Amino acid sequence: MPNPTPPAPLALAVRGLVKRFERPAVDGLDLAVRAGEFYALLGPNGAGKTTTLRMIAGLMRPDAGSICVAGIDALADPVAAKRVMAWISDEPMIYDKLTPREYLEFVAGLWGVEPALAEDRAHELLNWLGLVAQANERCESFSKGMRQKVALAGALVHEPRVIILDEPLTGLDAGSAREVKTVLRERTRAGGTIIMTTHILEVAERMADRIGVIAHGKLVAEGTLAELRLQAGEKTDASASLEDTFLALVAEQAQAA
Amino acid sequence: MTSRPGSAVWFAHHESRLAWRDWLAMLTAGRRQRLWKVAIGVGVFMLVMHAVAYSLVGRFAAAPADKPMLVAITASLLLSWLLMVSQAMESMTRAFYSRADLDLILASPVAAHKLFAVRIATVALAVAVMALPLALPFIDTLVVRGGPRWIGAYGVIVAMGAAAGALAVALTVALFRVLGPKRTRLVAQIVAAVIGAAFVIGLQVAAILSYGTLSRSDVLQSDAVLAITPGVDSIFWWPARAALGEGQALAAVLALSFILLGAAIALIAPRFGGYAIAASGVANSTVSRARQPTGFRPTSPRRALRQKEWTLLRRDPWLVSQTLMQMLYLVPPALMLWRSFASGGGTFNLLVPVLVMAAGQLAGGLAWLTISGEDAPDLVATAPVDPRFVLRAKIEAVLGAIAVVFTPLVAVLAVASPWHALVTGCGIVGAAVSATAVQLWFRTQAKRSQFRRRQVSSRVATFAEAFSSIAWAATAAVAAIDLWLGIVPGLIALLLVACAWLISPRERAI
Repeated sequence: MPNPTPPAPLALAVRGLVKRFERPAVDGLDLAVRAGEFYALLGPNGAGKTTTLRMIAGLMRPDAGSICVAGIDALADPVAAKRVMAWISDEPMIYDKLTPREYLEFVAGLWGVEPALAEDRAHELLNWLGLVAQANERCESFSKGMRQKVALAGALVHEPRVIILDEPLTGLDAGSAREVKTVLRERTRAGGTIIMTTHILEVAERMADRIGVIAHGKLVAEGTLAELRLQAGEKTDASASLEDTFLALVAEQAQAA
Repeated sequence: MTSRPGSAVWFAHHESRLAWRDWLAMLTAGRRQRLWKVAIGVGVFMLVMHAVAYSLVGRFAAAPADKPMLVAITASLLLSWLLMVSQAMESMTRAFYSRADLDLILASPVAAHKLFAVRIATVALAVAVMALPLALPFIDTLVVRGGPRWIGAYGVIVAMGAAAGALAVALTVALFRVLGPKRTRLVAQIVAAVIGAAFVIGLQVAAILSYGTLSRSDVLQSDAVLAITPGVDSIFWWPARAALGEGQALAAVLALSFILLGAAIALIAPRFGGYAIAASGVANSTVSRARQPTGFRPTSPRRALRQKEWTLLRRDPWLVSQTLMQMLYLVPPALMLWRSFASGGGTFNLLVPVLVMAAGQLAGGLAWLTISGEDAPDLVATAPVDPRFVLRAKIEAVLGAIAVVFTPLVAVLAVASPWHALVTGCGIVGAAVSATAVQLWFRTQAKRSQFRRRQVSSRVATFAEAFSSIAWAATAAVAAIDLWLGIVPGLIALLLVACAWLISPRERAI
């Protein structure tokens, strides 16, 4: 009898994560994402999604809990954890007065990528994202979609193992959104791990391997769409969309709270 | 009583409410509970200014309205008015290039030109109101010492604001029509800087060339100037006579200013929306290309950060106009250096504090832009670089830029006087390091485009930066004459920096 395929190692392991502002924003959250997985984190406004991702990316220190990225304790050695991660928010983090090429050279410098390798990757990414013609134009004249694509190229130029995206498709037109989704899908095929928040449930439904639903800072449900339907119980049927399932799960949590 | 929606009065109420809240937020950095502290601060400032005004102009209050007096008043009014025009041009350019509520206004079924008329008038009013805190102590002193005739000076301030607003809007629109929306913003900033500085620098240059000093009054009271200016009965002196309380002159000056402002509003307000739309569309249509790229250069994270900062500083439009103004202010000292070098005079002592002060001011601005004005804070924060290295790289970028600007000046000074060059060099290092340190301790997270409002984040930082630059300039000036005497102001400079550190916020995010 052949041995079953061993489970992929964890790309992200979060245990008992807590962050309080005036009230708990994240309240004892546990999360485990396997390497090569596309994980979507859903939740209503103020559920704690962005706070969770910012703590994982090293932008905010948690009050309690642990974060392990690709086997590295991100709280004990944040620099090592950042080396294998990339962070993209809904507001593209680029410089208006730099060109995409200069921006990628800067990001490659920050991550210590060897120049020749970085240049090849930059060219490949700009080509991939349809930015070659604008490679030497300053970003100040770019549309939101183009800026987000530049930010995405920056996130990928150092070949991160874990990519964390907070609402990356907000404000993008259909064409730009499709290009971004294609790039993300390619990254997971190449073994990268993606953890993404989105309000566009259709994107989560079509792209994510697993979906986590967060409410009041806690993970209330997790799994594939079919598993989520089961967890939502009698309020949904087998043909229910993710939207129906999500709303049922969130309503259940609100009643419980 | 409420005004009819869409009327000019209704818009004026709307604009004044926004302006008031904006002004309040600027003074209190968004914290209303600070209001009483601000009120005390303003009170103390006004008291000090009254004392300064008393010592400066008190003795002129009862002077007769002869020609030297008219020349002195007219020169002061002209200088103030040019500064007002400069300020109004900046506000006007901002009004053109800020999209803000433009879409809402133009999409609504109201007569938008009424709002734009109010906005132009607001710019004029704002420059007059901003001039008042500085003018008030001087006028008060003159009223107390010279009698109520000086009350007319308040009317002159209002007239100057109206005329400055009119000229500013006309100049900005002229630039817009000649250069187009793409180039106007930068050129308008530079023109505003030049207008503000040109008169005072011109007088200083004339003083240096004629008398070998930096004193402007030597020129204004010279026989040559008194001889070429019109007779005391000329209408040329009406603004000065209005300030002296002559009712007819005051009425004429006020009437002429308001006619100018009214004409500017009538001509430009109906077209304002079109200009603003053209200006706000510039960002989407302007394409700036970088030079033909070479390959990616080998670099470390620190070098990458420094390089990025220098590239952004080079391409910063604010910095272009600001540096140009700094360079303009350095023209008189440079001229002084040239004259002293040629004549072998011992006037280098005057140059030392000017250079040190300029270095402190420039370093403060650069430090804010590099340390607080980070457009991609999350990118830098998620990079695998120790935050201390990030800060170190940014500080190196600031000090490197200061070195590039001031080394040639110090080198020229070294040829003429090695001792003064050494003192200047040390002063520049002290002022630049102190200003950078203050900006580091009081750093905030902001966009580079918010530079104009950097003082909002911390008034303490603004004052600490300014006073440390002044203290280092004083230290260098005294040390240039006698090294040991420079110890006292030097200790004061260090004490100021230490105080800034003690009251700076200690907690920082990771």
